[in-house]
Amino acid sequence: MRFLLRAALVLLALVGGTAAGAADFGALVAALPAGSYSDRAKVVDDLAQSGDPRALAVLNALAADDLKVMPDGTVVIVDDKGAAKAAVDGTDKGTPAADQLDRVKVNNAVRRAVRTAIGVLTLRDPDPAKRLAAAREALRAADPDQIDAVDSALAAETDPAVKALLAEARAAAVLKSDAPAADQLAAIKLLAARGDDAAIAALAPLAGAQNPEIAQAVKSALASIAETQRLWGLAQNVWFGLSLGSVLLLAAVGLAITFGVMGVINMAHGELVMLGAYSTFAVQQVIRLHAPGLFDWSLVIAAPVAFVVAGAVGVAIERGIVRHLYGRPLETLLATWGVSLILQQAVRTIFGPDNREVGNPGWMSGAFTLGQLQITWNRLWILIFALAVFAVLLAVLKRTPIGLQMRAVTQNRAMAANMGIRTGRVDALTFGLGAGIAGLAGVALSQIDNVSPNLGQGYIVDSFMVVVFGGAGNIWGTLAGAFSLGVANKFLEPFAGAVLGKILILVGIILFIQKRPRGLFAVKGRSVEA
Amino acid sequence: MNFARNLFAAAGLATLLAAPSAQADDDTIKVGILHSLSGTMAISETTLKDAMLMLIAEQNAKGGLLGKKLEPVVVDPASNWPLFAEKARELISQDHVAAVFGCWTSVSRKSVLPVFKELDSILFYPVQYEGQESERNVFYTGAAPNQQAIPAVDYLMSKDGGSVKRWVLEGTDYVYPRTTNKILEAYLLSKGVSPDDIMINYTPFGFSDWQTEVSKIKAFGSAGKKTAVVSTVNGDANVPFYKELGNQGVKAEDIPVVAFSVGEEELAGLDPKPLVGHLAAWNYFESIDTPENKAFIDAWHKFTGNDKRVTNDPMEAAYIGFNMWVKAVEKAGTTDPDKVIAALPGTQAPNLTGGMSEMLPNHHITKPVYIGEIQDNGQFDVVWQTKGLIPGEPWSPYLPESKDLVSDWVKLNCGNYDKVKNTCLGATN
Repeated sequence: MRFLLRAALVLLALVGGTAAGAADFGALVAALPAGSYSDRAKVVDDLAQSGDPRALAVLNALAADDLKVMPDGTVVIVDDKGAAKAAVDGTDKGTPAADQLDRVKVNNAVRRAVRTAIGVLTLRDPDPAKRLAAAREALRAADPDQIDAVDSALAAETDPAVKALLAEARAAAVLKSDAPAADQLAAIKLLAARGDDAAIAALAPLAGAQNPEIAQAVKSALASIAETQRLWGLAQNVWFGLSLGSVLLLAAVGLAITFGVMGVINMAHGELVMLGAYSTFAVQQVIRLHAPGLFDWSLVIAAPVAFVVAGAVGVAIERGIVRHLYGRPLETLLATWGVSLILQQAVRTIFGPDNREVGNPGWMSGAFTLGQLQITWNRLWILIFALAVFAVLLAVLKRTPIGLQMRAVTQNRAMAANMGIRTGRVDALTFGLGAGIAGLAGVALSQIDNVSPNLGQGYIVDSFMVVVFGGAGNIWGTLAGAFSLGVANKFLEPFAGAVLGKILILVGIILFIQKRPRGLFAVKGRSVEA
Repeated sequence: MNFARNLFAAAGLATLLAAPSAQADDDTIKVGILHSLSGTMAISETTLKDAMLMLIAEQNAKGGLLGKKLEPVVVDPASNWPLFAEKARELISQDHVAAVFGCWTSVSRKSVLPVFKELDSILFYPVQYEGQESERNVFYTGAAPNQQAIPAVDYLMSKDGGSVKRWVLEGTDYVYPRTTNKILEAYLLSKGVSPDDIMINYTPFGFSDWQTEVSKIKAFGSAGKKTAVVSTVNGDANVPFYKELGNQGVKAEDIPVVAFSVGEEELAGLDPKPLVGHLAAWNYFESIDTPENKAFIDAWHKFTGNDKRVTNDPMEAAYIGFNMWVKAVEKAGTTDPDKVIAALPGTQAPNLTGGMSEMLPNHHITKPVYIGEIQDNGQFDVVWQTKGLIPGEPWSPYLPESKDLVSDWVKLNCGNYDKVKNTCLGATN
């Protein structure tokens, strides 16, 4: 009997508890649409604190802009198909027309609050990846109110990576709380070992702390982090330089053939790059319309297309114009410059003057960290692509009959003709090869730059700079030139700024050319210009 | 479609240019359109040319002006600043246009100023600019700094905007960003921001390798204080800038970027998903839901034959400027520049956001200011707006060299009147 009574009491308490919780949760959800953004952010915090299991769905919907208000004031979650369910209890509300619904608007402050709140709610999630994200969020938020939640998550945590991050998150929160000095000192030590931007963000506000011991500890922690960061900064600069170098290499290697090997000053080189980028755009458009599943492969498909398009235009330029002007560099320069304007305006007329969006496939987006180095996938792939293009080009020039003929014709045209090589055809193919590689560069550049008719203009000067600096006639020189200019630029930029850095590089090249007029790797011997 | 339209426009342009001006038909009023249709700025300015052609066609459909048809005269200054002056001279002295609508960059405006003064004609300038200028012959229908830059910073400093304490002023290296940043720096210092919390950075035109700049911004933003970036990065360089921000994971919730030169048109070349939440400050957004705006967008889609073409703030400024000019000409009963210049101040014309803009005696207009956050569909969601219309102020009160200056072409007949010395400084450039 007594047992029964007790059971009933417990049951009653439970029911009462949930009822009160439901009312509370309902009130919070109903309050979401009202008030200013900062009011909304406050409600989001309260939702997280309520610990209600339904809060997560509501917050996720809010973040995804799926939380709407019906004309009668009910807050609903709308799914992809437009079906609405009441946010509080999940009752089906049919599929109201889009213009019947008011959005619960979010801005950055609300979005930030939602992110923190989702973090708090997923600290105990079964998925370790979600727990890791939640721990990272807790570290960023560094909120003393979260210490208890983090503590209990820490006690239950088994994954070592998540555990370490949670401990750091706790330390950051402790620093903001009024915990005793000993705890704070331990927290400072823990964060100093972390040694990155997040640690600085947590420590820096304490540099002026009242307690001299803490202030001192923070200062030395910040100094040690600064030292670590300086070293990583050097590595980061090298990486940035290599990736800038790979872009320069791609843009310049085609020119290394037309200008370096053939001696044609092709001012339309940048426009051939631009054609490559537009080919990528066109390929992506076709894929979007007809085979959306292939989108991740779009760049792989676009590369040969761009090579052929730019190469064909290159052959047309050579056959139509350049071949009549061999040995007359000034006329070639003017004529190809004219061609560049024609190509720009043609693209502007066909595709319009505004930028075209070339999408990044999934494997080209985002970044990963290596220690404190942040490496973006698109830059890494472009570096690999540039080196691959370079290797293939080298193989074509050195290992294939057509490469042999190209070298023969450029080194001694008359002799080559005497040996039965059709020099005109070889000229066209060489120019086409250089142009095709420019097209490949366009595929890569479409991932990091504007696809607009002006795309090429930004690269033409840099390309000539690389080829002249590296030594015309030697494609290894182009490789060395591109990477050394890239790295030098990136080491100058943090100190001198982007504008002055570029000027310094130009001055440096001018001085270098005074000393070595034929560039880094001069072609020796009797071969050039006989 | 696009191609056919452009071909058509080009053909029209050719015939216009070929028509000898001596035979100019007295039954029409000529209107000059001075926007680059080739070169770097074509990306932005071509749209304005199309917008002007649409406005003129609409006015003609309503019966023209003073009983005459309007006739557009389109020239292409090809993003070449000295050519702007030449083409402006051609429009005024050979084609005898009644007014010119044109220019985008500040340097092109500075280049045509002497021509408009010398030949006494009228220029309507539809783009937000750095201020510090007020000329008798120019009517500025874009935003002055107090109608764009200052409210944007105010929003970010407010609680709703995230109570930002630390600022990166990132710009392209030319006159508009440099002047705007000078004003903003003075403003931030006056609001008690410490100089250590302001970082100013410039990059060249068309800059495409943003890795170092973005990692610098990230490092600057990790000092434990809420940080925001105020971007005056121009046109083309924005796409690689935003791509790098997205790739390096700079989220708007952590370090928001508020831009003064990024609108719907610039976003068209980008995947907006990683950019959600970054901000722009303008006086107009395509997403603003008013009947006027809806009608304008529909007309634009119909005129261009492309229902994906976006509208943007400078188009709205051109719309307001054109309508003000029409009203002033009707009021003056003539297109004579002096009479129209006199009639313009006080003229009101509806803007597309539901208000009534007015031309002020300082040749700037009243406009509302909106702060929008980028949405995943490439449009902006307005998160903040001014209560009413803000009058444009050409001279910044935050800079020592301009704090005493006022512009009033009605009572004082002066663009840079010194309140303290009680003199008109007169021509300065």
